[in-house]
Amino acid sequence: MYQYDKYDQAIVDARVEEFRDQVRRRMAGEITEDQFKPLRLMNGLYLQLHAYMLRVAIPYGTLSSKQMKMLGHIARKYDRDYGHFTTRQNVQYNWIKLEDTPDILADLASVEMHAIQTSGNCIRNISSDQYAGAAADEVTDPRPWAELLRQWSTFHPEFSYLPRKFKIAVIASPEDRAAMRLHDIGIELVKKDGVLGARIFVGGGMGRTPMIAPEINPFVKADDLLSYLEACLRVYNRYGRRDNAYKARIKILIHEHGADNYRADVETEFAHVKTLDLDPPLAELERISAFFAAPAFDPNASDDVDRSDPDFAVWLDQNVKPHKAKGYAIVNIAVKPTGGIPGDATSDQIDLMADLALDYSFDELRVTHAQNIVLPHVKKSDLYAVWQKLDAAGLANANLDLVSDIIACPGLDYCSLANARSIPVAQKLSERFADLDRQRDIGELKLKISGCINACGHHHAGHIGILGVDKKGVENYQITLGGSGAEDVSIGKIMGPGFDQDGVVDAVERVIEKYREVREGDERFLDTYRRVGNDVFKEAVYG
Amino acid sequence: MADPIVSFAAFEGSNATAVRIEPGDDARVLLPHLDRLTLVEVTFPAFRDGRGYSSARILREAGYTGTLRAAGDVLVDQVPYMKRCGFDDFVPNAPLDAAVVEKLSSLYPEPYQRTVDGKVPVWKLRHG
Repeated sequence: MYQYDKYDQAIVDARVEEFRDQVRRRMAGEITEDQFKPLRLMNGLYLQLHAYMLRVAIPYGTLSSKQMKMLGHIARKYDRDYGHFTTRQNVQYNWIKLEDTPDILADLASVEMHAIQTSGNCIRNISSDQYAGAAADEVTDPRPWAELLRQWSTFHPEFSYLPRKFKIAVIASPEDRAAMRLHDIGIELVKKDGVLGARIFVGGGMGRTPMIAPEINPFVKADDLLSYLEACLRVYNRYGRRDNAYKARIKILIHEHGADNYRADVETEFAHVKTLDLDPPLAELERISAFFAAPAFDPNASDDVDRSDPDFAVWLDQNVKPHKAKGYAIVNIAVKPTGGIPGDATSDQIDLMADLALDYSFDELRVTHAQNIVLPHVKKSDLYAVWQKLDAAGLANANLDLVSDIIACPGLDYCSLANARSIPVAQKLSERFADLDRQRDIGELKLKISGCINACGHHHAGHIGILGVDKKGVENYQITLGGSGAEDVSIGKIMGPGFDQDGVVDAVERVIEKYREVREGDERFLDTYRRVGNDVFKEAVYG
Repeated sequence: MADPIVSFAAFEGSNATAVRIEPGDDARVLLPHLDRLTLVEVTFPAFRDGRGYSSARILREAGYTGTLRAAGDVLVDQVPYMKRCGFDDFVPNAPLDAAVVEKLSSLYPEPYQRTVDGKVPVWKLRHG
C-alpha cells in the first residue's frame, strides 16, 4: 500500500488547517453559506436533509486495517455508530456536526487519509478495480497509476472550478469491475509491444443523460499521461457548457462537439502542454509502484478447502473469487444483509473487518463500487475461520452479485436532491428474495436503485434498474432493463409506466420469474434480456 | 495614468496595451500580441466559473510577463489557486482580508503539479 512521505503528509496537514480556518470564518459569520458551500464541498461536506454529511476519500478503494479502524472510530465518536460505503468506493457519515469536521479531518490525516475533492466541481477521488493486485487477469496493478493521478489532481489549481464534477477510473483487466466507461475519463491500462500505457475513454457518465465513453486515444505512454490529461481537462474547461448544470458534464461536450473534434482539440493542446515539462519521470511511477509490490505470499499455500460445512460451501462458491497466487483467494464481504441498508456498516463491523484484514489479508481491504468490502489476499486454509468470524458479525451473506446484492443511493431518507426513497425499496426487495436457493437459481443479477435522476445508485447500469421519481407529490418507481457497468457496458431501457413502492417490488419479481421461464441454458438475466428483448418482460408485468 | 483597458472584441486591430478578457474569450487569440501588452484583466463574473484559470495559465505559458489581474467575484479562498495559475494582481468586488490571504498563501509548502508560478513540484523534489 502507498505510504505518505513528508510531502504528502504536509499537504494533507495543510488542508486540515485551511479547513479549520474556513469553518471558523463560517461560524463567525465572516463568510456566507453561499461562499462557504464550494469550500466545504471540496472537503466532501454536504448539507443534507437532516444534518451535514461528510464523505471521506478512499483513494482507489484501498485501505489498511489501521485506516479502516479510524473509519470505525469516526463513526463511533462523531456519528451514530455507523458509516455508509458508497458507489465511489468512499465512505459517508450522515450525522456530522459542522464544528466537529476539522477534528475529524485531523483524525483522518493521522492515518494518511482525507476528504479532499470528494465533492465539488473538481477532479474527484480516483476509483479503480477492487481486485487490483489480486486478480489473475490484470496486466498490471492499476493502483500506482491511480495514485499518480491522485497526486496530480490534488489541489490542481486550473481544474478546481470546472463546469461540473469530474470522475476518473483506472482499470487494468479485460473484465471491467469498476464501470470504467461510465466515468468522465476511463483509463484501461494495456500493453503494447511489451510496454504499459493508457487507453483513454472520455465522456461517459450516468445522471440524467447516460453516455458510454468513446475511446479518445488507444495508447498514451506513461510519461505522457499527465500532460495528456491536462490537455483533456483544459479543452473541457474551455468548451464545457456552463449555461445549464445538467448539460455541463464532459459527456455532453463530447456528444455535442463530437468525439473526433474533441480528440483533435486535445491533440493540439497536448502538443503545447507537452513542452511544459509537467510529467514526472518514470522513476516516480516506479517509486509509487514499489509500495504496491505483491505481499509475501506463502509459496507452499494449499489450494485445498474443506467444504464439509454446507453454509460455508455456499458462501465459498458465491463470495470467494480466484486469486492470482496459488493457495490464496479474494474474499468479498457483502455488506447487504437481508432487510438491511446497502453499504451501511456499524462501528463494530468496521472494526471486525479491519481485524480480519490484519490477521488474514496482509493488512489490506478494498471498498467496491457495489458497496461491498473485499479482503483481497486470504489464504485458502484460512477461509473457514474468516467465514466464521464474518458470520458471527452478520457479514456472511452469500449473495454477492445476486439479486439482493443491491446498489442503492441514500435517497430521500437523507439526500436533499432525491425525489424518492431508495433504501426501503432495497430493503423490501432483499426481503422478497431472502431465499438464498432462489437467488442462486436466478444467478447473477445486478439490481441498482436511484432515488432521483442523478443516478447515484447506478440504475442505468443495472441489469434491472429502479429510478425513483416524484409524480405529483407521490413517490413513483420506474424500471429499466438491460443495463451493465461491466465490459459489456450498456444503458438500461425504461420498461414502461412506473409503480408505487410495493408495486415495484412485485413488478421486479414478475420480471425475474419471466426470466426463469424463458432463459436458455445457463444464460444470465442480462443475456436473456438481450436475446428476447423488452416486450417479453413488459407483457409479463403489464399483461 | 495607465492606458485604458479595452475589451477583447476591441483589442484586435487596436494598439492597446491593456485588455480585458471575459470567461468565454479564448486567451490564445492574444498570444501574437504579448509583446505590447502590459496588463491583462481576466474577469470572474461568478467565482464558480473557472475558465479564467485556464486563460491565465495559457498566457503565462506563452511567456507573458506583464500584469495579470483577476477581477470580479474573487474570493479569499480562490486567491492561492489564482496565484498558482499566474495571477499577480487582484481587484475583487469585495475587499479581501489581507491576513487570511497571507495565511492561505503560505499554508501549502510544496505543490504536486508544476504550473507557472515557479514552484518546484513534489515529484521534482523527490527525483531531482
